[in-house]
Amino acid sequence: MHIAVCVKQTPSGTNIRVDEKTGCLIREGVESAINPFDEFAVEEAVRLKEKNPGSVVSVITMGPPQAADVLKEAIARGCDKGYHLCDRGFAGSDTWATSYTLAKGIEKLAETAGKVDLVICGKQTNDSDTGHIGPQIATWLGWPNTAFVRKVENFDASSIRVQRLMEDGYDTIEMPTPALISVIKEINTPRIASLKGRMAAKKAVMTVWTPADIKADPSRLGSNSPTSVVRCFTPQARTGSTRIEGATPQEKAKKLVALLKEQKVI
Amino acid sequence: MHYDLTETQQSIMELAYEIAVKKIKPVRAQYDREEKMPWPIVDEFRKADLYGLYIPESCGGMGGGVTDLALAVEQLSRVDGGIALALATSALGAMPILLWATAEQRAKWLPDIASGKKLAAFALTEAEAGSDASSIKTTAVKDGDFYVINGSKHFISSGEAAEYYTVAVSTNPARGARGITLIVVEKGTPGFTFGKKEEKLGIRANPTYELNFENVRVPVSNRLGAEGTGLLIVQETFDYSRPGVASQAIGIAQGALDETVPYLRTRRQFGQPVSSFQAIQHKLADLATKVEAGRAMLYNVSRAMDKELLPAMENAVANNTTVHDELKKLKTKRWTKEAAMVKLFCSDTAMEVAEQCVSLCGGIGYMSDFPVEKYMRDAKITQIYEGTNMIQRNEIAAALIKEYASQE
Repeated sequence: MHIAVCVKQTPSGTNIRVDEKTGCLIREGVESAINPFDEFAVEEAVRLKEKNPGSVVSVITMGPPQAADVLKEAIARGCDKGYHLCDRGFAGSDTWATSYTLAKGIEKLAETAGKVDLVICGKQTNDSDTGHIGPQIATWLGWPNTAFVRKVENFDASSIRVQRLMEDGYDTIEMPTPALISVIKEINTPRIASLKGRMAAKKAVMTVWTPADIKADPSRLGSNSPTSVVRCFTPQARTGSTRIEGATPQEKAKKLVALLKEQKVI
Repeated sequence: MHYDLTETQQSIMELAYEIAVKKIKPVRAQYDREEKMPWPIVDEFRKADLYGLYIPESCGGMGGGVTDLALAVEQLSRVDGGIALALATSALGAMPILLWATAEQRAKWLPDIASGKKLAAFALTEAEAGSDASSIKTTAVKDGDFYVINGSKHFISSGEAAEYYTVAVSTNPARGARGITLIVVEKGTPGFTFGKKEEKLGIRANPTYELNFENVRVPVSNRLGAEGTGLLIVQETFDYSRPGVASQAIGIAQGALDETVPYLRTRRQFGQPVSSFQAIQHKLADLATKVEAGRAMLYNVSRAMDKELLPAMENAVANNTTVHDELKKLKTKRWTKEAAMVKLFCSDTAMEVAEQCVSLCGGIGYMSDFPVEKYMRDAKITQIYEGTNMIQRNEIAAALIKEYASQE
């Protein structure tokens, strides 16, 4: 089986700053790493490969030259080959353009490395947090997809059955393949890359694709994204909170209730 | 400091430290308290290829040497010098096999040791023999194609957990030190049982057991080298294994500093961080300098050893000989003096640094809720096992005097 994983290089940590003029993330001087949610996608792909001998996992990313590092990270953890969509023409993509580009990349992948049975994405990124990309890729490809997957129950040559996390439990969904899933952190515990994996990653050479390579329509790429960012800012931390002091929890609760009544909240 | 390590060696350090921080740190206090073998961590070492670091690729290993192993043990010991022994003691048990096994014996034992499927352990100490290896009372008497072993071994690290035990026995008590022989005994061999499990000051996550042998029949093919070569095998093993103890020691020392310095930066007294007091700063400077000096000596000695050990391992595989034979062909010097110096200096440094870190942290340093006291408890063993530091000084002095005597 051929499984493709989509990954993104994002700033590591949660203290992410935004350039108020351009509305873009400030990436200079910020350490970057594989998007934390993509770690679960990579792990799930590698586990499915281990359960289905003879399977191949391709890892694909769109990003600047240094984004090749996350492909290496994925290979260190057991993915087989890395594909890098890297070109100035891809820069400035919103989710619509990004998902279009990745979908064209997956079509190209199927053309060069064999039919793709399953695409796995993380549920969202830690920098833009939209959660759009997985379902949008599936829409471009015309494939079925399920987001918020917490477990893959079965995966075979013609179908996949998964559990989707819901607020009040989970749904069991079966889809014909090829299909796409985006996964949540409950699905697995990502492994630490082995020494053999790390050595393989150091030697790995990534396949680099430009818009022409993936036969993408330039009017749908990068700076032609339909989204325009009006304003982007880091919200000020709120101040003016009231501390309720008291010797016992009971006393504090009484004071809180009195205060809420005074403010006519209750 | 930059030590010009290879890419592989840097990856080994990163990998070992990642396991230490992500997998060991959350459970280290629990294993220390409960004195249990950390099997889930063993599994992490297996999956990460750490058990094969110093074993030739043809035997399922990663083809590295003493340095690669030392780097891994150091990084693991930064977080837990006891759990690191789940890797280090297997290497000690495997070292006699690595050096003296024939091609057939290598093929039999090393692949499972390299994958970590089976751990090895080293059994030398007895009730009346330790530093004085010539007083070994455990005997092996030949009976056809078998040896019949009787006796017992004390204080055996990774006892009960390991599957392969390289045991020093006497095949000829009349010959004393020249009657010692090394035999590999597998767990489960009838008559081979585990006695008392020791309770310990430190390295509590590694089980220490008494081994008992009662008419244990082991095939003659499990013998390493010829009868009577046991003491030489033990000495040669220590030449290559003592850097392992030193790396555990340097890891412990570094780890104690890693816990202490950030604490001293946040702990405020008299209106300022404790780390701003010069008395504290000078103490930290001395400790950090000793750690770096120990590390520099450790890396240099290990790499000098590997320069001959790695080709000897390759040649042994190519020529179907033992690594010991190939080392002799390369006219390799014995590393007894340097190995003893590294072990002595690094373990004394570990004890000093860990003890001083407890002092520097003040009251919290003494409490079990704060990790520094554990570093002090774990550091102590490095001055004792694989030859006490008094024995290391004996060996260094003996080598030194011999060197000067030979110049006369």
